[in-house]
Amino acid sequence: MISFEPDDEQKMLKDTLENFSTNVVRKAAHDCEEKGEVPADLVKKGWELGLIMSNIPETCGGAGMKRSAVTGAIAVEALTWGDLSIAMNILSPSLVAYPILESGTEEQKQKYLPQFCSENFKPATVALVEPRMFFDASQLSTKALREGDEYILNGDKCLVPLAEKAELFLVFAATTPGIGLAGVDGFIIAKDDVYGLEIKEKEKNMGLKALETFEVSFSDCHIPIASKLGGDEKGGTFTRFLNRSRVALAAAATGMGRAALEYSLNYAKERVAFGEPIASRQAIAFMLAEMAIEVDAMRLLAWEAAWKIDRGEDCGKEAYLAKKYAQDMVLMIADRSVQILGGHGYIREHPVEMYLRNARGFTTFEGLLMV
Amino acid sequence: MIDFELSAGTKMTKKLIHSFVESSFRPLSREFDEEEHKDPADLIHSIHELMKGGGMTGMGSMAGGGDEKEGKKENKPKKPKEQNLMGVILAEELFWGDAGLALAMPGPGLGGAAVQATGTPEQKERIMKRFSGDVPAYGAMAITEPGCGSDTSAVSTTAALDKKTNEWILNGEKIFVSMGKRATVIYDGFVVVWATVDRKAGRAGIKPFIVEKGTPGMKVTKLEHKMGIRASDTAAMVFEDCRIPYNNILGSVEVASDKEKTEGFKGVMKTFDATRPFVAAMAIGVARAAYDMVREILDKEGVRIRYGAPIDQLTVLERDVLDMEASLKAARLLLWRAAGMLDKGERNNLEASMAKAKAGMVGTKVTQKAVEILGPLGYSRKILVEKFMRDAKINDIFEGTGQIQLLVIARNILGYTRKELK
Ligand SMILES: Cc1cc2nc3c(=O)[nH]c(=O)nc-3n(C[C@H](O)[C@H](O)[C@H](O)COP(=O)(O)OP(=O)(O)OC[C@H]3O[C@@H](n4cnc5c(N)ncnc54)[C@H](O)[C@@H]3O)c2cc1C
Ligand SMILES: Cc1cc2nc3c(=O)[nH]c(=O)nc-3n(C[C@H](O)[C@H](O)[C@H](O)COP(=O)(O)OP(=O)(O)OC[C@H]3O[C@@H](n4cnc5c(N)ncnc54)[C@H](O)[C@@H]3O)c2cc1C
Repeated sequence: MISFEPDDEQKMLKDTLENFSTNVVRKAAHDCEEKGEVPADLVKKGWELGLIMSNIPETCGGAGMKRSAVTGAIAVEALTWGDLSIAMNILSPSLVAYPILESGTEEQKQKYLPQFCSENFKPATVALVEPRMFFDASQLSTKALREGDEYILNGDKCLVPLAEKAELFLVFAATTPGIGLAGVDGFIIAKDDVYGLEIKEKEKNMGLKALETFEVSFSDCHIPIASKLGGDEKGGTFTRFLNRSRVALAAAATGMGRAALEYSLNYAKERVAFGEPIASRQAIAFMLAEMAIEVDAMRLLAWEAAWKIDRGEDCGKEAYLAKKYAQDMVLMIADRSVQILGGHGYIREHPVEMYLRNARGFTTFEGLLMV
Repeated sequence: MIDFELSAGTKMTKKLIHSFVESSFRPLSREFDEEEHKDPADLIHSIHELMKGGGMTGMGSMAGGGDEKEGKKENKPKKPKEQNLMGVILAEELFWGDAGLALAMPGPGLGGAAVQATGTPEQKERIMKRFSGDVPAYGAMAITEPGCGSDTSAVSTTAALDKKTNEWILNGEKIFVSMGKRATVIYDGFVVVWATVDRKAGRAGIKPFIVEKGTPGMKVTKLEHKMGIRASDTAAMVFEDCRIPYNNILGSVEVASDKEKTEGFKGVMKTFDATRPFVAAMAIGVARAAYDMVREILDKEGVRIRYGAPIDQLTVLERDVLDMEASLKAARLLLWRAAGMLDKGERNNLEASMAKAKAGMVGTKVTQKAVEILGPLGYSRKILVEKFMRDAKINDIFEGTGQIQLLVIARNILGYTRKELK
């Protein structure tokens, strides 16, 4: 039966994470953005919320709670409402843990998942995007070709978050080039175990400044076949990864969009021009009303796709549309939030200009968050 | 719980309505668009028979709206109520079929919604009974006047109590009364007329009155010629010393006891909270009709829409189609949320306006895009897409224009009164 009301557990989770966002994340966000990194103790605090660990089965050392993409979307929204980059830092282990949880072989689960259950935060990362125009996830130029008991991995990646600190990488590469998504596989790589993996310079991006990202190249890396995500399974693992990441990004756009709406709404009630708060002018009030509609619309589309994931149904279309819709709307919302603050919106003391820089990235972001 | 699954009953009824309108509305669409003011009498009678026999569950409730807390108490095990949700889902199907014809169908309509939202249990029972009579019946509603549209508080039609006969005497002019002629001339029915009992009381003095067919002093003076929804009659009406019984005033008579100053006017707003989701559903239905037709023609032309392709590699056409699809979905989910809240008895003033604003906009944009995409074919009256565009536009206007919805939303989220945000 149709209902868009989170259950009690989801509400509690949302409250907890929003408290964390308000009391910890937001307080640090400006400094993190300016310095270009997130302090280790902040990430550790986020890690201690136990989000990822709680989803890992008890047999692998986790709390074995029932996983839900809808709940995941709620969690992502609550943290990205605090700050997008910091949320991506805190949630980075899920980029590897969740795909293994969902698609990994029993052996892979036993081997890798326990390290996500320790008290210490260990970043992990995904190498998916490639540094070129017309990047298409279904036409990867990074290739992993089978030779005997190994795959030989070659190619360049970019927007690889936390590559320097991360120990575990999930690398996506074409194993059967030319057949699209079905010909792409993921490889779980421990950085120290392979030769030929080179972490290049830290990237300088328009936004997401507090998320360190890197270009990474792979030249003739020998990867044992046991490292292929999902073992013998053909194709499906990458599609599932993309869908979950698209839902997560749509939820993130919702979280950041909501933050932008709230910030500019509060500002508009305070700021007086021509003898009245600017919010009492329709030119401002109507922008806010439309922003509010779209925040809710984005969320419902993300939830619907997530709900399909939870039911084990094909959600490719929904996840794609949810992300597409969200990336358009979050840009509109962030732009307006800057506009509503006028000249002050352009000044880095207020977060709205950062929201706009971050929002512009969503068309490029792929695989940076997971539900 | 978060759940996007329609109940089995709703799904089945939706399917039924869909095939019904496909086979009985669509073949008539063009005829009753081109021949404005012609009455689709056969269709109206057959629908009435169906509804009376309970053959089209849900359709009767479609325009009913309102919460029915005081409704009949039966001993059946309590099922989760989703009357409004079901209503908007079915409305989408009906309006997918044909917006003009759907509006012209008998039933409680807007007038019924006003009765549900403001009437006493006795009034509801008495008034709603007529929809199961032998003659098709309509419930029209008249707020708009030549001098007042969006500003519903400026109603100038008066209602004066004749203490001797204990009757109300209505005087004034109403325009744009949907189904005004079918309700009071061609078939059976009533008009809910909003009039002021005390000019000085302002908004508080505005009250809804039931004027039944055949009441002397009520006259239809004109039918409008319109851009779209041409099968639906839009009447100008005058009320000249029109006398109605005392208990035809809906709800309470108290005007300005301090505590409930705007009690009367609140009825308008309560009615809108219930009807706006339905107008949103209409908008979505029409827009989906246009969208479906575009997809069908693109399919025939061998044009594929790639889901999953990178944004910078989509063709303009693909972008347009994906935007249409996503925004339709977004509008629908906002609508379902608003209707679901109504079912739970929750206040949905904000959400109803969000749904209406979004759907009104989406309906307009999607249908206009559909004409563009199909080029000369889209512009031609050979196919219905141009008609869908003409039909869609009204949904961004009646029951509160898009701007009025944004006002309601903005006041809600800013916590502003109507003085603080004009
Ligand atoms: C980089 C930079 C350089 C600048 N250089 C100079 C300079 O050299 N000299 C100088 O004097 N100034 C300068 N400015 C200031 C600039 O001109 C102002 O920021 C600008 O005029 C807007 O004023 P505000 O920031 O106070 O916004 P506000 O006036 O507070 O406006 C906030 C928002 O409310 C809207 N708004 C305000 N009034 C109304 C209304 N009546 N109806 C509808 N909407 C309304 C505005 O459009 C805006 O969206 C500079 C600003 C920046 C950011
Ligand atoms: C086909 C049809 C059927 C109808 N059916 C019915 C019916 O059954 N019963 C009934 O009572 N009425 C009905 N109406 C009337 C309809 O509800 C009104 O037309 C509508 O509410 C708008 O009022 P208006 O036409 O007077 O426009 P106006 O109120 O004059 O508005 C003109 C423009 O100004 C904008 N505007 C007005 N006030 C503001 C504001 N404060 N801030 C910003 N913008 C503003 C509006 O959005 C609009 O764009 C019908 C109309 C049509 C066309």
